[in-house]
Amino acid sequence: MDTIAECATTRRCWPSDSLTRVPYWVYQDEANFEDEQQRIFEGPAWNFVCLEADIPNRGDYRTTHVGAMPVIVVRDADGTINAFENRCAHRGALIAFDDGGNVQNTFRCVYHAWSYDLAGNLKGIAFEHGIHGAGGMQRDIRPEGHGPRKLRTTTLYGLVFATLSAETPPIEEYLGADVLGRIRRVLKGPLRIMGRFTQSLPNNWKLYVENVKDTYHASLLHLFFGTFRITRLTQGGGVLVSSDGGHHASYTIDRADDRQSTAYREQQIRSERSDYRLADPGLLDAVDEFGDDIRLQILSVFPGFILQQIQNCLAVRQVLPRGIDRTDLHWTYFGFADDTPEMNRRRLRQQNLVGPAGYVSMEDGCVGGFVQRGIAAAGEQVSVVEMGGEGADSQATRATETSVRGFWKAYRRCMGY
Amino acid sequence: MDLLPHLVDLNADYARAIDNDELERWPDFFLDPCLYKVTTADNLAHGYESGIIYADSRGMLQDRVTALRQANIYDRQRYRHIVGLPSILARNGTELRVETPFLVVRTMRTGVMDLFATGRYLDVVPCDDERQSLRFRERLVVCDGARFDTLVALPL
Ligand code: FES
Ligand SMILES: [Fe+2]
Repeated sequence: MDTIAECATTRRCWPSDSLTRVPYWVYQDEANFEDEQQRIFEGPAWNFVCLEADIPNRGDYRTTHVGAMPVIVVRDADGTINAFENRCAHRGALIAFDDGGNVQNTFRCVYHAWSYDLAGNLKGIAFEHGIHGAGGMQRDIRPEGHGPRKLRTTTLYGLVFATLSAETPPIEEYLGADVLGRIRRVLKGPLRIMGRFTQSLPNNWKLYVENVKDTYHASLLHLFFGTFRITRLTQGGGVLVSSDGGHHASYTIDRADDRQSTAYREQQIRSERSDYRLADPGLLDAVDEFGDDIRLQILSVFPGFILQQIQNCLAVRQVLPRGIDRTDLHWTYFGFADDTPEMNRRRLRQQNLVGPAGYVSMEDGCVGGFVQRGIAAAGEQVSVVEMGGEGADSQATRATETSVRGFWKAYRRCMGY
Repeated sequence: MDLLPHLVDLNADYARAIDNDELERWPDFFLDPCLYKVTTADNLAHGYESGIIYADSRGMLQDRVTALRQANIYDRQRYRHIVGLPSILARNGTELRVETPFLVVRTMRTGVMDLFATGRYLDVVPCDDERQSLRFRERLVVCDGARFDTLVALPL
């Protein structure tokens, strides 16, 4: 493999075999960005597309994206979920242009009214036989090949994933038992959507995914976490990383002896402020709804899905690239269908922790931009990802970057680096 | 009593408190308990209750300010609210329901300016005691779009 020096002249060359070095061009290079569409989003990956609760009834649909590809996800007559490219076979217009709705049995392209069934099959061509014998289609163009591409879908505890590749293994195998168990832990019953928000981020999509996997930063960057002991590295917890590296679940366990911990004070870390008190501590009125003392669990599925449990604040996040330095983050806040009014209020209050204005998520919205700006002239340099060693295995501490290295392990395999 | 001029004053002062970096005054525009929520027209239409900022007590509003001053990290920035004329939708003797359009321009430390948010305030303003200045029992900030750029640090 090439050394850094040899690589300096060649973009698109990975500088080291080690998972501890990541070249900055990977956040900047246009050609690499285009390759990601083919090799990752359209490759052997399960892309999160929506919640089953988004489309409960026959004909309910949502429009979303798989990487750059616009996609329609729709509930079919038999209750199954279909996904197909949101691109008309005729001239390529969007078949559905709203965020979602209900179409009964038929999608009709607005441009020239070609129609599709709920599986994305072309069913009707307006004026196919012309008018009064003139015009019309000369021959049957219906054969497949240029119609919207179809995706395979799978559901998992109320989540809907889609893939374009025939090679993607079943979702359970894709995730591995550890991460699968951590999804099942949270998604324990029928979901109730509480709100949707989109946050545009001024950075490459991978910087956001890395941030999610970076358990090291959580209590250093986010003062809110540290001071109120929602999570601190000195609390119990750890990181599970799937064997392919791509998926992770980090968690903290409440531990009574943490209140005596002086580790943060000894490190003189900014996020320790013992004088900081809430005027209304109701925000922290959390209950152990999963019955296992896990206060916080952040879970990611390669390439761009996040399931979050911060106390009783539950959300899924979908990461969609919009350009080398633009990313859309789609948040869906949820609870469960059987939530009591008290639990509903608890979730509403705790949602202050997350989202574009979240006490702990706000910084995540801008640090990616700080990196993107910081590396502007450093495409040939590398970052250092060495906390907790060089591997990408599960670890019983969160003072580690193991799941970040896991991301690069999976990324490099997909991309062929 | 014609309450419209008082509502205009209330909104003007509310905007000044935020835009001129007098955030400590912001919670005082609300009664306690209260409801302050930043949401979107889409969520409102679907009946989704969540907000990106949600406070149901004045204490929670004070905590927002404390967090912004002491805890949260974000690029230095300023808002300029342009608040339109309030429409009184209903008056039931002791309480007004009011809708007021707004737009907010955000200027970042770098000088980059964005039309950051537009929407309407849906307010509930008690008016039973004429000697008291008006305050919000409820202020829903309903943004027209569902998209927020980077982060929403300051309140809208
Ligand atoms: S582009 Fe869809 S019908 Fe013409
Ligand atoms: Fe974070």
